[in-house]
Amino acid sequence: MSTNALETRQLVKRFGGITATDNVSFTLEQGSRHALIGPNGAGKTTFINLLTGVLNPTSGCVLLNGEDISGLGIHGRVRRGLVRTFQINQLFPTLTVLETLALAVSERDGFGRNPWRPAGSRHGIMKQASALADTFLLTDVLRNIASSLSYGQQRLLEIAVAFASRPKVLLLDEPAAGVPEHDRATILDVLASLPRDVSVVLIEHDMDLVFSFADMITVLVSGSVLTRGSADQVSSDPRVKAVYLGEAEHE
Amino acid sequence: MHPAIQMTGRSRNTSFLVEQSRSGLAELAVWTILLLAMFLAPGRHQLLSEIAIVALFVLSLDLIMGYAGIVSLGQAAFFGVGAYSAGLVAIYVTSDPVIGLLVSAAAAGLVGFATSFLVLRGSDLTRLMVTIGVTSLLGEIANKATGITGGADGLQGISIGPLLGLIPFDLYGTTAYGYSLAILFLGIVLARRIVGSSFGLSLRAIRDNQLRASAVGIPVNARLVAIYTISSVYAGVAGALMAQTTQFVSLDVFDFHRSADALLMLVIGGTGYLYGGIIGAGVFKLIQSVLSDATPQYWHFWLGLLLVVLVQVGRTRVIRSIANLLGLGPRQISPQANDAKMSQPR
Repeated sequence: MSTNALETRQLVKRFGGITATDNVSFTLEQGSRHALIGPNGAGKTTFINLLTGVLNPTSGCVLLNGEDISGLGIHGRVRRGLVRTFQINQLFPTLTVLETLALAVSERDGFGRNPWRPAGSRHGIMKQASALADTFLLTDVLRNIASSLSYGQQRLLEIAVAFASRPKVLLLDEPAAGVPEHDRATILDVLASLPRDVSVVLIEHDMDLVFSFADMITVLVSGSVLTRGSADQVSSDPRVKAVYLGEAEHE
Repeated sequence: MHPAIQMTGRSRNTSFLVEQSRSGLAELAVWTILLLAMFLAPGRHQLLSEIAIVALFVLSLDLIMGYAGIVSLGQAAFFGVGAYSAGLVAIYVTSDPVIGLLVSAAAAGLVGFATSFLVLRGSDLTRLMVTIGVTSLLGEIANKATGITGGADGLQGISIGPLLGLIPFDLYGTTAYGYSLAILFLGIVLARRIVGSSFGLSLRAIRDNQLRASAVGIPVNARLVAIYTISSVYAGVAGALMAQTTQFVSLDVFDFHRSADALLMLVIGGTGYLYGGIIGAGVFKLIQSVLSDATPQYWHFWLGLLLVVLVQVGRTRVIRSIANLLGLGPRQISPQANDAKMSQPR
């Protein structure tokens, strides 16, 4: 039996008296497409922050490919292949698209400590950065700084940066939120063409996207796991309908 | 992000990866002027030497502030350590200036490394407080340790041997200027290499967005420690140059004024393109020199007025237009950058 790509065991996070993550044991099988859903305030973002090391859990642990990574910082987890995108764009406002992508590639390959060699002089890095820009339709704005891009392009860059880190496990926090129709199609195409050896956790409110993309779904409510199962199982679960889909119908 | 960076524009972002290692014509012009000054202003070598030294000192601040986003009002700490180290080496070990410089660089670097951990966390305000605190601490130690530093009397009896065993230091500051200028040149060349490297790129990423920087796998703290240490070496070398060229060290090397002036000069000259230090120090020192000759009593008033006008009316417009005229200044950001929909770091 192969180890899970990502696993949490009895993960708890309390902020004062509030339990934002309540005893969550989550498993992500190798190569799977797993959606994490739940109403607003269910603790999805806290959970992602615990996975990526932005927050430290009150108790419990996080395992990446069977290895306990609870003690690692954000960058240590990225280097082991646990990469995320942010729900709200987190870019480098004054870096160009090319610089941003080249930076991610160069850090992934461990060149970032080199204070001597010019960043742009490594042909391999520049080639990969350009190729990524190509995939995400950013070739035309390669030399524009991130803050000058349109929102859709910023969103594409946000995801392209995550790809540049060559993830083994990719956490996508509402990747298509607020993206115009045209760019949205690009994002969905790229996500669909992700190699199967990359395991993906998708956090999303858009149920069409969830059901078309995910083979497994975990439902988070009030910080704890309500249920988990295949798309069919989850969508026919009356409890899920009550707390989540039911709520959506009111809207 | 602090205001000083926002108001000073950006480094050569759009061309960074392509042009970073290319020496521009403008740079050649700056160095030509600095070299020509050697012959055209023979009576001014003391002042020129001071400008070169202060420029190096301001460059040390630019490395952390302009590139890594660490604000500091305590660069004088490393300047002071460098100055006292150079003085002590000259008195007790050897009068060779280059050896003194190397020892001072190492000493300042050590102190910089040790104190770098204090500036890793916290806001800009905390960093300002901490850096001021470290400087006062060192200043007070120097004040108390009279047996070593001479306390309030200063470190006396420094004599510096000929440069490279060949060129003696003269009364007019000619050797001093040549020496300081050569070290400044070396400093700029090295700094250019550093900020243009993959390491330098990661610093700019950290300055822009720490959370994202760590999310692409950058060990933020390690990088900040590294650049802070490098910066303290630069400041230490500047201090050592000052000690060697004036053959005297007093407690004022740790003065708060020194750090504050450096910040002022950097803001005048512009952050994040390395030449802000030279331009800022040049403008500041020349104004100081001209005004103190013209109105010895009130020159601070005029200096103050000038600075306020410069910053209020538009340092950007004044200095940058001069810099752009020379083709030196930070490149203008395209107009669309202004209506950026960039999300701010949480």
